[in-house]
Amino acid sequence: MSKLTFNTDNCKGCGLCVDACPKHILRLATDKINKKGHHPAEIIDQAACIACACCALMCPDVIITVEK
Amino acid sequence: MVVFQKPHALTDAPFHYCPGCTHGIIHRLVAEVIDELGIEGKTIGIAPVGCSVMAYNYFNCDMIEAAHGRAPAVATGVKRANPENIVFTYQGDGDLASIGMAETVHSAARNENITVIFINNAIYGMTGGQMAPTSLPGQVTQTSPYGRDVKACGYPIRVCEMLSELEGPEYLERVTVNSVPNIRKAKKAIRKAFQNQIEGKGFSLIEVISSCPTNWGMTPQAALKWIDDKMIPYYPLGVYKDRSAQKEEAK
Ligand SMILES: Cc1ncc(C[n+]2csc(CCOP(=O)(O)OP(=O)(O)O)c2C)c(N)n1
Ligand code: SF4
Ligand code: SF4
Ligand code: SF4
Ligand SMILES: [Mg+2]
Repeated sequence: MSKLTFNTDNCKGCGLCVDACPKHILRLATDKINKKGHHPAEIIDQAACIACACCALMCPDVIITVEK
Repeated sequence: MVVFQKPHALTDAPFHYCPGCTHGIIHRLVAEVIDELGIEGKTIGIAPVGCSVMAYNYFNCDMIEAAHGRAPAVATGVKRANPENIVFTYQGDGDLASIGMAETVHSAARNENITVIFINNAIYGMTGGQMAPTSLPGQVTQTSPYGRDVKACGYPIRVCEMLSELEGPEYLERVTVNSVPNIRKAKKAIRKAFQNQIEGKGFSLIEVISSCPTNWGMTPQAALKWIDDKMIPYYPLGVYKDRSAQKEEAK
């Protein structure tokens, strides 16, 4: 089972991880706002995650940890 | 099992870069290479003037802040005095190809045994988006509001191509970080640039085509596409010099 962890406080809501995910299971949480004032990224379907780490490779702020 | 985590060579300080700015990706790649080569304890980084002026807060190794454009001169002194240390500079295009052009060219000509990470985003990011020596023909910037006019401002400088004419440098490669496959290639290049220094081979410069969504006036996504559509055609990716490979071929 894969596990994605976001250091949400430091997310800048750029959305680059969302576009990088081949499974289309990331989104920006438009119902949430972090300390920096951004809509942070979140995972919609953890079970569908293949732990490829494309999201983490693309994240300019290095806030994603991927485990499996 | 951890598949991906923040490299040890990065501190916990959050980056100050704009959302989607690829400076952060390049920082991470340098840090991953430092981790993989096990050189954090003996690496000394030289930070530039530009958006990455505070790079010294982000790397766990020793860092020095150089005056604008002078990072290769500082690196030269540090490396010559401490040849057992691994010394890298991290410089923008305004820093490296404008005010610091002399230091760039001469450190390459001398084949100083240092690693230069050159961030070409075709703009002066930090100061609000003025034209850089690398801004594209026709590119709109704060100081070229009608687009860069090459008759008045000259043509953009292709640093890798220009330095490749020198006998000195060991390794010159241009990469980008606008997609996952390109990020993987960029990391390989950066790793080679550090490995060359460990092996005493001399001057390695990796030019990384990077985005500046803020001063290009685009979303982070559009900026990554602009790299493919506009930057790469003028700045083709690839290896521009690899002296060791040339020597092997000649054998
Ligand atoms: C001696 C000196 N001249 C000019 C400046 C103003 N200045 C600060 S950053 C910069 C250019 C930065 O552009 P670049 O190197 O491309 O870095 P970027 O911000 O795009 O990453 C300039 C001209 C300065 N700080 N010091
Ligand atoms: S690890 Fe891969 S599949 Fe999982 S969220 Fe990230 S990009 Fe998507
Ligand atoms: S790439 Fe990183 S900073 Fe950008 S939205 Fe995704 S997690 Fe947040
Ligand atoms: S101004 Fe441009 S280069 Fe500087 S942090 Fe913002 S996006 Fe990055
Ligand atoms: Mg720049």
